[in-house]
Amino acid sequence: MTAVAADPAAVYALRYADDCLVLSHRLAQWSSRAPALEEDVALTNIALDLLGQARALYARSAELDGTGRSEDDYAFLRDERDFVNCLLVEQENGDFAVTIIRQLLYSTFQLEAWRALSESTDAHIAAIAAKAVKEVTYHLDHATQWTLRLGDGTAESHARTQAALDQLWPYAAELFESDAVTRDLVTRGVAPDPERLRTAWDASIDQVLSAAKLERPSTSWAPSGGRRGLHTECFGYMLAEMQHLHRAHPGAQW
Amino acid sequence: MVTTALDQVWRAAGEVVDPEIPVLTIEDLGILRDVRVDASGHVEVDISPTYSGCPALDVIRADVARSVHAAGYPDVTVNVVLSPAWTTDWMSETGRRKLREYGIAPPRPRESGMQLIQIAVPCPVCGSAHTSEVAHFASTQCQALRRCTDCAEPFPHFKEH
Repeated sequence: MTAVAADPAAVYALRYADDCLVLSHRLAQWSSRAPALEEDVALTNIALDLLGQARALYARSAELDGTGRSEDDYAFLRDERDFVNCLLVEQENGDFAVTIIRQLLYSTFQLEAWRALSESTDAHIAAIAAKAVKEVTYHLDHATQWTLRLGDGTAESHARTQAALDQLWPYAAELFESDAVTRDLVTRGVAPDPERLRTAWDASIDQVLSAAKLERPSTSWAPSGGRRGLHTECFGYMLAEMQHLHRAHPGAQW
Repeated sequence: MVTTALDQVWRAAGEVVDPEIPVLTIEDLGILRDVRVDASGHVEVDISPTYSGCPALDVIRADVARSVHAAGYPDVTVNVVLSPAWTTDWMSETGRRKLREYGIAPPRPRESGMQLIQIAVPCPVCGSAHTSEVAHFASTQCQALRRCTDCAEPFPHFKEH
């Protein structure tokens, strides 16, 4: 299945849907192996929220581009180059610090994005966003509490959390990229200006990092490509695992 | 009072229970939003999800269709409406009482926006106001796990949303 040139709003909904699905799958990989039972439950609950958000966004995207694709078509029958999620969410879980920092960086962005999108001129996207704001507020609280504990914890937890931050930081830049799709939607009031999200994100992240005694990385390396279907190596392996059952048994239900 | 088609359908849809917390009907939960019956007998039922990914929603949809069908209205469509977003403030007083009796602390009322009125979550077992949160995420998306510091019982809390 190839990417469908479509209404920019359909492309935009697909980007966020893919973000939600891929992050949901990464978090679900912690199931049965989180550091504590409560964390197992927390991470999989967050994954479930994100899966629900992804489903609503896929439905909206399919409606807008007129392809009528099903949720399964999107999740299981597209190849790597058809996914337009950002690179940050596909990064491997690593140790618990990596997962928490990935949550912190993405949930902070997502909360700002959903807040702004709840005022979107696309009433359907606005409704999805208004619902998701409440869920992501909890996700961000979870990530923030852990960042504080790990960053301002033992020498070991601090070192690992700083390393996680240094590792993932470059991928955050992609969240605020502008292109023809976002510019068109900003003009029509469908989507917020990514620059505006960046300002709010910076302020929020700086506050948490400072309270957690973590140093904001100063790298200017900013890998990009996810929104155009160009992904990091680890993503192909994730998709292979995620799609294997469905592709081996087309139409399987359980 | 004459029982209209609308009353019958509303009752049939409203008595469907949440499969994860079966003491609550969808009317108690406040997720049954609207019922319409047109002249040809076609029924439309609107329900709202509690959480975006609530796995109970598909079961509830099917149960509503089955219940309305059993009440004599075979032509039924169940719509999922997202806006306005469901909030725990829509849970009925009856629903809150049933939850408490079931051993789940009901959600507290909200102020405007996300700000909670800061009142204690009383223990559903002994009524003590001295309780603390053990885990924010628990057995279902809508519950948190708390513990009573007086009677030492752990209990779920239907968290404010």
